[in-house]
This record gives sequence, structure tokens and C-alpha cells, in this order.
Amino acid sequence: MSPEKTEQVLGRKLISLFDSHRNHISRYDPPFLQGIRNQAMESFRKAGFPTTAMETWRNTNLERVLEKDYNIIFDPPEAPVDLENVFRCEVPDFNTHIISLYNGWYISRDTPLLTLPNGTIIGSLAQALREIPELAEKHFNKYAGAMGNGLISLNTAFAQDGVFIYVPDGVEAYKTIQMVNILNRDDDVMVQNRNLVILGRNSRLRLVHCDDSHNQQPSFTNTVTEVFLDEGATIDHYKLQNLNNSSTLVNSSFFYLEKESRLSTHLITLNGGLIRNESFVRLSGPEAHADVFGIYLMDKNQHVDNQVFMDHSAPVTTSNQLFKGILDDQASGVFNGHILVRKDAQRISAYQSNRNILLTDKAVVHAKPFLEIYADDVKCSHGATVGRLDENALFYIRSRGIGEYNARLLLMYAFAAEVIRRISITPLRNRIDDLVKKRLRGELAICDQCVLHCSQEEKRYSFDIDMSKI
Amino acid sequence: MLSIKNLHVSIAGKEILKGLSLEVREGEVHAIMGPNGTGKSTLASVIVGREDFHVDSGEIMYKGRDLMGLSVEERALEGIFLGFQYPVEIPGVSMTSFLRTAVNEHRKYRGLDPLTGAEFLALMEERKELIEIHSDLTNRSVNEGFSGGEKKRNEIFQMAMLQPALAILDETDSGLDIDALKVVANGVNRLRTPGNATVVITHYQRLLEYIIPDFVHVLYDGRIIKSGGKELALELEEKGYEWLKLQES
Ligand SMILES: Nc1ncnc2c1ncn2[C@@H]1O[C@H](COP(=O)(O)OP(=O)(O)OP(=O)(O)O)[C@@H](O)[C@H]1O
Ligand SMILES: [Mg+2]
Repeated sequence: MSPEKTEQVLGRKLISLFDSHRNHISRYDPPFLQGIRNQAMESFRKAGFPTTAMETWRNTNLERVLEKDYNIIFDPPEAPVDLENVFRCEVPDFNTHIISLYNGWYISRDTPLLTLPNGTIIGSLAQALREIPELAEKHFNKYAGAMGNGLISLNTAFAQDGVFIYVPDGVEAYKTIQMVNILNRDDDVMVQNRNLVILGRNSRLRLVHCDDSHNQQPSFTNTVTEVFLDEGATIDHYKLQNLNNSSTLVNSSFFYLEKESRLSTHLITLNGGLIRNESFVRLSGPEAHADVFGIYLMDKNQHVDNQVFMDHSAPVTTSNQLFKGILDDQASGVFNGHILVRKDAQRISAYQSNRNILLTDKAVVHAKPFLEIYADDVKCSHGATVGRLDENALFYIRSRGIGEYNARLLLMYAFAAEVIRRISITPLRNRIDDLVKKRLRGELAICDQCVLHCSQEEKRYSFDIDMSKI
Repeated sequence: MLSIKNLHVSIAGKEILKGLSLEVREGEVHAIMGPNGTGKSTLASVIVGREDFHVDSGEIMYKGRDLMGLSVEERALEGIFLGFQYPVEIPGVSMTSFLRTAVNEHRKYRGLDPLTGAEFLALMEERKELIEIHSDLTNRSVNEGFSGGEKKRNEIFQMAMLQPALAILDETDSGLDIDALKVVANGVNRLRTPGNATVVITHYQRLLEYIIPDFVHVLYDGRIIKSGGKELALELEEKGYEWLKLQES
């Protein structure tokens, strides 16, 4: 008999943990959820963890990550967590409603499920499942459940908490909601939170989602977010990732777009050990539009993987993907952009572009566009490039008296700026612009990780962009 | 100011400059003419420090210093400027921040405080006025989508912002209509001082009607084969380079 693979050890441990904690995990579940959990566990038993034998995982190897013996946190933090201690908001003119997950559990300043005067509901998913199960039931696992990926099933089986947001028909959430995921543990943990965002007809939401680690402890976050956009709804979504080098994050987001709804999602990856973003977008009503943008700046042995599955299942739908990355040292990157245009989905336009700059010979990128088109009235374009910094441009800049180091920074920043420019919330754009510059200068610390998280020591960064400093 | 002696330069094993000598003194304007592919741009690139060219032998002295040990940016900070034959497009870098960085680097080098945003904008206005450039290219990315003529004018504008001691203008007149040509020539003349020098590389005698050179040199097959006053340009226009080649042999 061949020796047992490490991922099988972890897999078996998780299965037995699920069996022994099944009642505890599901103690507050509404009836509809019980079957879903058990089914999901069945799927995981069959599928196991993704391996490099799978097409979309060919260049992302989880073996090393799965060698660790992670603990699962089955209960919320006992003592109340002092949020003021965890982060403070210092971004000028950025009026946000802050919510946070602490080691995967929702922690709140006031109530675990807040209803605003305009009917918007913000809070803990666990609480929402208890208090408003009918609303949750309509959407929970409806989008993620269809994808037979072992990690997604595992999340469905284990998830006990996460963020729940509901914006009623016609309501525009005036404040940006900022979700902060904080990991703060002394042991190696696996966190599997689950988020559900429901947007009513013609409603509008801006959501900023930060993944934050507070120490150098290894961790494995397997998070699933489902977002439903009813007719005419608009979401502006940002995911900012700046985790420590021993962390693993698999972030699967499902966006379901009804007629005339609009999605804009931005994946901003500044640091992390292994980060995989899976964005599943289903355009299921005419005139729905999706923008999926990403920027990744990796170095050392970091690995980033962006997967986009753009599913044009209704006619007259449009999508636009732009991912740009800079990889230094031995960093590696993957981009798989799959565009599917279903039969009878006519008058489609779907664009995709992935551009990479490799700063060393050891950095690598695997970029693969995949177009699957069954309709004939389709405008589609895709392109992937992997290159170096433009030597002619470097020479031109240096010939004006700008040193080589700064000339390189200027070019890298300019490359990244094409994505940053598309951030429509001005104070957020300025802040991210700042973080990107710090990252390119190699000055980004873990305490900078979240958009709004400014630790006491951190000096305020000037918002007046002085290129002579970049 | 600039003294080049017996310069041999090659790229990828191919010798391009084959023993070139040139003396440029303060206050002078030199014109370099010569057929395509004879090494004019190579000479300009080597003076500003482009690393892909290999200097096999000879020397380049600038203000009494050997240029060989200086990096591209150091030469720029020491006052050498190249107006590129093919200005490079840099998407995403705005003209304003690019120039502001450059100007402030020059100031830092001279021990001056950086200009504030407002001071910098005022300086830009002043220099635009000086060389009578009215079109606004400064809020765009560096050279991106600029027309051929706009790119050339933008080189002159950068020169006006940096006020170099030694300006080398590589075919800055090529592709310009007559009005733009006057703008470029005007810029060069306005920026001229007794302390600086200009080397214009050109194919057209026409430019030299506006920028009056003290010397005209013919660069042929990697060497300067003839030097003279501004009347040499007229003679070349009339007789072509073949005449010189015949004369030489
Ligand atoms: N990077 C390079 N690799 C190989 N050969 C080169 C390179 N750069 C220039 N050359 C060659 O060197 C020679 C001189 O080129 P250069 O650009 O200096 O000519 P020029 O006199 O400026 O011509 P033009 O009037 O057309 O601008 C040419 O034969 C050119 O092909
Ligand atoms: Mg040339």
C-alpha cells in the first residue's frame, strides 16, 4: 500500500471532526440547512481537496498547505473583542459602516443583526439564519452549491458564521460597508466563513472586503461569498488582500446577476502566502453587466491564482475582465479566464485581458484564456501578455535625471494604475493607491493590511501624490 | 564643454562609430548631418549613456570629466539632455508627475528644496510661455497617443523645463510642419545662453535657417568626414553626400 497522502490525513481529520461535531455545528440551523450540510459533506467525501490533476488547479498546488494540522474553531470568541483595539479608521472622508469577522466569527459593536431605518439588514449570517431563515433560504447555497468543488463543499458543511447583508428594493445603502476579516490566533487554524449578500431590485451597495492577518501565524482561510443582484441592482465590490506570507486564502465568490443589474468587483492582492480567488459570475438576465478587475503584486515565494468563470447565459449581456500583475523573486501567478456564452445568448460582448510583468527570471505566470461560445452574435476578445519592464521607457525616464530605482517604480506604478484608476470610491482609491506605492517600495507592513486598519504606529500617508517619493 | 576623441563604438559585435572626434564649446551650436544609418543617433545615445552600446576605445570628456563612469541619470543631472528621435510612450505616467519628478531630482542634485505642486505648475506655465507652446499636452500620459509633431514639441518642452547645459536634439525637426518647425527652432534660440551648447542632428538644411549653427559636421560611415560653417549645409543640400564621398576618396 502506498503511504497516505498528507491531504488525505487532513481530509480524514475534517470528516471525523464533522461527524463528531455535527450536532454542535448545526445546533441553530433552520431546517432547510441540515440537508444541505450533509449533502455538502458527502460531496467533500467524494471529491476531497483539489489536486493538480484537475485542469483549473494544474498550477496551484495545495499539498504543502494541507500538510499542516489545522484546528477548527467551533465556537465564537468568549470574551468580547474590543474592536477599537483591533483597528481604527483614519481614512479621511471615507464614511463606512464597519463590520468584522474575528477568526471567522462575526463580532459586533451593537447587535449581531442590525436593521437600518431604510430596511437594510447587516450582521451575522448565523443570526440571520435564525431570525430570518425565509430570506436566507431563497439564496443560501443556490449559486455556490452548483459547483462541485471540494473546498466549496467543505465550506458549506462547516460554515457557522459570516456576514449577511440585505438591501431592500430601491434602497441605496449610502454608506460603504466595510468587512474586515481578522485572523488573530496563536495556533494554526482553518477558518471557513460564509457570506451572503442579497440586493433587492434597483438597490445599490458598495462593499469593501479586507483580509487581514495580525501575526505571522500560518492559517488557511476557505471563504465562500454569494451575492445575488436582483433586477437593476448595482454592487461595487472590493476585495483587498494583504495577508502574511504563511497564510493561505481560497476565496470563492459567486455573483448571480438578474436583468439590468451591474457588478463591479476588484481583487487587490498585495501580499499573502498562497491566494486563490475564484470569481463565478452568472449573467442571467438581459442587459446585465459585469466588470471583474484584479491587480496582484507578489514577491518571495508567494503564489496568486485568479480564476474567473464568466457565464453569459442571457442575451445582451456584457462583461469586461482586466487583471494585471507584477511578480518579483520566485513568485508565481496563475490566471484562468473562462468565458462561456450559452446557446441563444446573442448580442454578447465579453472582453478579457491579463497582463503581467516579471521582474526576475525565476518569477512565473501561467495565463490561460478559455472561450467557450455557443452563440454566433458575439463580440469577444482576450489577450494575455507576460513581459518585462520596458527598457526603452526606463532609458527615457532615466535620461531625464530620474534614478533607475525610481524609474522602475514609476513604470510599475503606472502599470498598476490602470486598474487602480477604476476604483470609483475616491478616498478608497487614494488609500489603495497609497498601499500599492508602499508595496512597490517594499514598505508595506502587515499592520497596513486593511484599508481602514491603521495601527497606532503607522504614520498617515500623504494623499498628495508626490511622484518623486514613489 | 564636450570633447570626443577617436571614439569607437559597437553594438552586438558590429562597429558603428569608427574613430569619431568632436569638440563642442560653451555657447556654440553644432549641426550634425549625414545619410541614414551612419551612426548619428548612436553618437547621441552614447553621449547620454545608453548601456547597450559598447565603447571599444576613445574618450568622451564633458566639463573636464570622463563621462564613462557616469550613469544615464547622473549625466542628465550634470546637464546633458537628449531630444529623442523617437520619443518613448509611457502609458499611465502623466506628463506632469513625470516632469515634476525630473525637475525635483535636478533640484535635489543641486541642493535645492523640491518645488511644491503650485510652484511647479507656475514653472510649467512660465516655460510654455517662453517657448510659446500653447497646446496642452501636460495632463496626458507621457507621449501616449501624441502625434509625431506633438512628440517633438514635447521634447523641446522638456528641454525648456530642465534647461540643460548640453542639449542634443536628434532629428527634432523631422516630421514637423513649417509652423511647428519654427516653434522648435524658437525654443532652441530662446533657451540659448552663453553658457550652454546645442547639438542638432538633422537631415534638412531648412532647420538651419532658423537655428543658425556655428559648425556643421558630416557624419559618414561612423566618422566625421567634413566640418565647416553653415554654408556647408547648403552645399550638401545642393550636391548630396556622394560628392563628399568622392572628394574623400
Ligand atoms: N540595437 C541595435 N542593434 C543592431 N544594430 C543597431 C542597433 N542600433 C543601431 N544599429 C545600427 O547602427 C547603425 C547606425 O544607426 P543610427 O541609428 O545611429 O543611425 P542614424 O545615423 O541615426 O540614422 P537615421 O538618419 O536613419 O536616424 C545602423 O546600421 C543601425 O541599424
Ligand atoms: Mg537617427
